[in-house]
Amino acid sequence: MRGNVTAAALLVAIFVAWEAGVRAFKVKPIILPPPSAVFADLLAAPAWYLGHAWYTLLVTLAGFALSVLIGVLLAVLIVESRLLEKSIYGLIVGLNSVPKVAVAPLFVIWLGTGAAPKIAIGFLIAVFAIVIDGVLGLKSVPPDILDLARSLRGGRLATLWRIRFPCALPSLFAGMKVAISLALVGAIVGEFVSSQRGLGYVILSAQGMFDTARVFAAILVLAVMGVALFWLIAWLERLAIPWHASQREHVSTH
Amino acid sequence: MKARPAAGIEVRRLRKQFGAAGIVAIEDVSLSIAPGEFVSVLGPSGCGKSTLLRCIAGLESPSGGSIAVNGAPVSGPPDGLGMVFQRDALLDWRNVADNLMLPVDFRHGDRAAARERAAALLALTGLQGFEKAYPAQLSGGMRQRVAICRALVDDPVLLLMDEPFGALDALTRDQMNIELQRMWLAEHKTVLFVTHSISEAIFLGDRVVVFTPRPGRIADVVAVDLPRPRRLAVRASERFVGYASHIRTLFEGMGLLREEA
Repeated sequence: MRGNVTAAALLVAIFVAWEAGVRAFKVKPIILPPPSAVFADLLAAPAWYLGHAWYTLLVTLAGFALSVLIGVLLAVLIVESRLLEKSIYGLIVGLNSVPKVAVAPLFVIWLGTGAAPKIAIGFLIAVFAIVIDGVLGLKSVPPDILDLARSLRGGRLATLWRIRFPCALPSLFAGMKVAISLALVGAIVGEFVSSQRGLGYVILSAQGMFDTARVFAAILVLAVMGVALFWLIAWLERLAIPWHASQREHVSTH
Repeated sequence: MKARPAAGIEVRRLRKQFGAAGIVAIEDVSLSIAPGEFVSVLGPSGCGKSTLLRCIAGLESPSGGSIAVNGAPVSGPPDGLGMVFQRDALLDWRNVADNLMLPVDFRHGDRAAARERAAALLALTGLQGFEKAYPAQLSGGMRQRVAICRALVDDPVLLLMDEPFGALDALTRDQMNIELQRMWLAEHKTVLFVTHSISEAIFLGDRVVVFTPRPGRIADVVAVDLPRPRRLAVRASERFVGYASHIRTLFEGMGLLREEA
């Protein structure tokens, strides 16, 4: 709680210093508008911003959901099959170092200019975090517990469901916290490349008109959205794995 | 719930080598365990005593020789097996009551009967009231008690324990020895108990199987003739001390214990 108050105070201080600095040094609004101008733009058309934010949010959540679904599936296949581990996993780790943003224009060619290419880019950027943390989590089962499952004649599916999967949850949530932010990046990149909607479109069109206040306003909304999405996952994590050491820490500091 | 009759074990000329040219963990081990018998397996670290236990559990396949549980050759984990590991192997995400349900979940057993038995076992180990606690909230001794209850919950015919008290402090270990003896006297399962503590092996066992260093062979089998229930004070008795010094002499003969610096 005290941490939150400190963070809020720091944020207010930054805005005050920004406002004061811009006024004192007479910075051109086109370079750096004062926060008052940014907020004024935001409050002039809140419904308009909300509409674009909503679109970006839906694209982000769709890309994220897809990355979790496919990512967990891939992680399970990699852990359960030695062949796939040797082939796919190396490939995935390698592909992760390719700048995925670079393929964004391709998706527009393939999938058109609707929501699909944006979701696809969000998925592509986010899925690696899920796969890599998922594999790590599924493999983090202590050998004794795997022996125990075998001694109880647990089949692969039962062991996966009752042992590996719960054991992987802490690691998987760590991956999801990264992935949700990456899905948002993917959505914005998609909107940059081609869009008539979303905050990425707002930023790009405002930049074209040198409306710097509007760019900042959109960035501000994006920042709030990013933090909110992260907290959403953190909240789900607390519900899902209250038994984990990371969560016990949480309880005592809140 | 009517207890199933305990299992007998026949180990014949068992040999276990890891990999084609790898280390030989066990060489020519033969051992008969009667139903309801408590056998301690004692030896230095890395002597293959855990490998023997894992072979009987069907977790490792022998390189030579044979193992039979109740006359049936072991090719995988035998029916009615309960296992306890050095680290308790409790599931962090399940509370005590749900951890005890794991064997039933895997074996699709009778849940209601298991719940009843779980409650009785928890009472026997003084853990009643901790059903809703998570493993992280329990001490090492309590965790190991839960692990033992879990191994017993669906009425196994054979209990294999791999250095279950090795990670506990000395006082807790003594306490666990007393409790394990009490549970064994109440349940009369066949127990194979691997340990590297001489006094623990004698205190608990009907017989103590002494292993040589790797490759593990049986150096001697000591029949422990002490009345049960044994009390901790028995460890100071003449007969107990006699068994212990006999075993110590065996280890000295293997070059494991040397008094001069």
